[in-house]
Amino acid sequence: MTPALSVQDLIVRYGPVTAVRSVSFDLRPGSVLGLVGESGSGKSTTARAVVGLAPFSGTIRVGDADASSPRSRAARDARRRVQMIFQDSRSSLDPRFTVGQCVAEGLPAGERRDAGRRIRELLDLVSLDEGLVRSRPGQLSGGQRQRVAIARALAARPDVLVADEVTASLDVSVQAVVLNLLRRLQADLGLSMLFISHNLAVVRYMCDDVAVMFNGRIVEQGGVDDILGRAQHPYTRSLLAAVPEVGQHRLLSDSAIEASAASSPAPGPGCDYRLRCPVGPAVEPGREVCASTDPALGAEGRVHLAVCHFARERRDEPAAAVGAGGSAV
Amino acid sequence: MSTTVATVVPTRSTARRRRVRLPGGVALALLLVFVFLSVAGPWIWGHAAGDTNVVDANQAASAEHWLGTDDLGRDLFARTLYATRSSLVLAVLATVVGGVVGVALGLLSGASHRLGKVLGAVINLLMAFPALLLSIFFAVLFGIGSVGSVLAVGASFAPGFARITQTLTASAVSRDYVEAARVLGKGPVTVVLRHVLPNIAEPVILYTTIHIGTAILALSGLSFLGLGVQPPAYDWGRLLSDGLTRVYITPTAAVGPAVAIVLAGLTFNMAGEHLADLVGGRRTAPRTAVAAPAQRPSTGDDVDPSSAAVTSHTDAVGEALLEVRHLRVVYPGPDGGVVTPVRDVSFSVAPGETVGIVGESGSGKSMATSAVAQLVEAPGAVHAEVLRFDDVDLTRRTAEDERVLGRSMAMIFQDPGEALNPAVKVGTHLVEPAVVHLHQDKALARRRALDALRAVAVNDPERRFDQHQHELSGGTKQRVCIAIGLMGEPRLLIADEPTTALDVTVQRQILRLVAEVRAETGASVLFISHDIAVVSEISDRILVMYAGFVVEEATTDELLARPAHPYTGLLLAASPDMGADRTQPLPMLDGRMPGPGVDLPGCYFAERCPRAEQDCRDARPPLLQIGAPGHRAACWHPLADGSSTTPPGAAGLVDERAAS
Repeated sequence: MTPALSVQDLIVRYGPVTAVRSVSFDLRPGSVLGLVGESGSGKSTTARAVVGLAPFSGTIRVGDADASSPRSRAARDARRRVQMIFQDSRSSLDPRFTVGQCVAEGLPAGERRDAGRRIRELLDLVSLDEGLVRSRPGQLSGGQRQRVAIARALAARPDVLVADEVTASLDVSVQAVVLNLLRRLQADLGLSMLFISHNLAVVRYMCDDVAVMFNGRIVEQGGVDDILGRAQHPYTRSLLAAVPEVGQHRLLSDSAIEASAASSPAPGPGCDYRLRCPVGPAVEPGREVCASTDPALGAEGRVHLAVCHFARERRDEPAAAVGAGGSAV
Repeated sequence: MSTTVATVVPTRSTARRRRVRLPGGVALALLLVFVFLSVAGPWIWGHAAGDTNVVDANQAASAEHWLGTDDLGRDLFARTLYATRSSLVLAVLATVVGGVVGVALGLLSGASHRLGKVLGAVINLLMAFPALLLSIFFAVLFGIGSVGSVLAVGASFAPGFARITQTLTASAVSRDYVEAARVLGKGPVTVVLRHVLPNIAEPVILYTTIHIGTAILALSGLSFLGLGVQPPAYDWGRLLSDGLTRVYITPTAAVGPAVAIVLAGLTFNMAGEHLADLVGGRRTAPRTAVAAPAQRPSTGDDVDPSSAAVTSHTDAVGEALLEVRHLRVVYPGPDGGVVTPVRDVSFSVAPGETVGIVGESGSGKSMATSAVAQLVEAPGAVHAEVLRFDDVDLTRRTAEDERVLGRSMAMIFQDPGEALNPAVKVGTHLVEPAVVHLHQDKALARRRALDALRAVAVNDPERRFDQHQHELSGGTKQRVCIAIGLMGEPRLLIADEPTTALDVTVQRQILRLVAEVRAETGASVLFISHDIAVVSEISDRILVMYAGFVVEEATTDELLARPAHPYTGLLLAASPDMGADRTQPLPMLDGRMPGPGVDLPGCYFAERCPRAEQDCRDARPPLLQIGAPGHRAACWHPLADGSSTTPPGAAGLVDERAAS
């Protein structure tokens, strides 16, 4: 089956900084792919490149169409089928526009004549009252604004939605509204979604597949239950160990913690994560391979991809118990 | 009610500096006079201004000729008024020319990255020269005369317009709504016309108005130099130039046009500034203005008499370190009303205890802790029946008490970058309070500072000591802020959303650090967060706040196992956790939290509460013990005792349409 969105060897450079270093993934039609990682891991930059907001090299295909070239008409049309919802609805809606104007902006040229009816349809789709059509974003609550932004994206009749930390600045009760809405829309309209979040619990709730990014690369990728239930990469495991959970008191008691609080990744040629890695050379003696060899070599092509020399190794369970996927060791 | 409500006088009164300025009406009146003169002037005084009368030539001021006459006997007063039109029209034209050229250049350079660099350099170069020098240069280039001088002044204004437009555009194009339009496939021209130009129009129009005044001066200057308007046409500059040649014989000849130039320049400048005030004032009007202002006296009528009798469970355990009873924070609201971000908050913190405060935005949790830390600024006012820290009554503290407070209360904030002065080295932040307030020896203070940095696990403390905050990562900045708190003898650490801006792995490190600091120093911790999961990881006891009230209070395990208030139940159920049932939608909440300006007789949660009945809207439930000791909730219809976390949907699966 042709992927709804296919990204191959995506590289994004900002001046001397390479924010995304050779990222590849396929988004299955009608599925939700979660992109997780810490700030600076390149997950938002990947999203921006996909929708054409960041210059990149590599291949991006939307369905059957190539969306890689920045200027060609065909690529622009292909990119219109990928729409984005931003984190901060306060700044993603023009304060001078009414709700109706905001949504109308998304309508394709052919549908402008019947704009009024289409806007009402779209507002109904995101469960917003028609009476709000003349309101301005400043008069709406955070959840209502985010729904307007979703309606605007849907107006363009996209196949793929890119949701970049859409609930990060919302209160939990409002977050629930937006997440429920996205799930309903995704199921009803058969949308595919690239869902970016730092919140693993939200990603688990929303996504079918997950890609974990660190320092501009995908370090682990696979089905949501594989990644969040049977994580193989030590970075994914330390992310999971740091998720606060109601009533668990895990964060203060769990001892599996990163080796250091280094804020910058390790220099090449080895693994970027080795300075912080709880099973890497900073903790375990004799693991020079982490410093000398890039773990990405030979890691391609696995179902459950984990870019780590010691991917299968877990302290709390024997390596044999780990499910899918192989290891480069 | 026999409670004595003490008022904490705000300590830091905001110094109000105001520029001395004429009222807006004066500028408007003058503006109208000038508009009238330029429209009607030539009709009324055209005859007098053009009439030559050689007999009356070169007269001084008299009752007949107020400003005297020129060498052809023409009345100078009439000529000055007559010249208003040409002077103003030329000034407006010059500003428009400069504005159009400058705004176009600015839009181009602000919107296009590649062009921006080249154009930006050119603009910078031109900005380096004084405008008058530039206009003289351009006047020679464009030719002498009215057209040349208008173009010249316009050209000399263009770089300024370009610069302001470029800056505004560059910030506008990075806004999300511009990016959203680009994702929707809008071309650059559409984006600029629809989103950028309207959003930068206000400041550009203000800049234009102010520049009309400057254009009058510049054009007059050019005419004065003989580069501008040529005879027989004339403007104020020309008149001034002619008048100056006879300034020792008939000084009034020069005074008229000079006064006109100065007055017109001032008028347009003042009009521009008042316009800026009007526009700026409108833009910063508070959002809460939509809420109905509460009309009520500033005594604690919100304070529930029945809850005054309730003793906190720490009272039984021992003397509390911090005791807050019926705390209320009031700000003056729009239209003379008041807003009350904190309505009624009572709690206590025992020595060595970690108390978490959880609530959504607008719940008053940060404002309540600011009141404890004495950080509520005027015009806000803090009222409390009891506000006691250790043995200091915070409602009537002395200067000595403040010194003690500074040492024994430490505060860390959500954004450590904001809390650290970017121009001051990390080491200075740590050392200065010790040297200045505690009169410690500098070398000793430095040693202690390095110890403090080591205690919070900052790697390479000697190097960090001499760094600035921008050289540190977010986690390290937060560690430094905690280290600053450790420099005193903290007995209470107030952490206001200290991990919200951090990644989960860093959040975990900081939470562990806070727990370590508490274990080592024996300090109490007041931990504020919107995330009940984070709060529950670190707190012994949790307060849930809603709309300025504490609605529930219990030990962490008790609260999580048996939430009594429906709002607490919803907070626990609404956020998906790692075990959430993915086949079920998340429970949602109807409506919005009442704002700080709303005044309700009953429960503030009633409108959104699935369990609310009429009695909830009529009378406010007091915070009363419910179940286990120390478990208190303010609810008439609490969740059934023993029911674990609310099952999904039990808190009311509402229509998405109504939920915000």
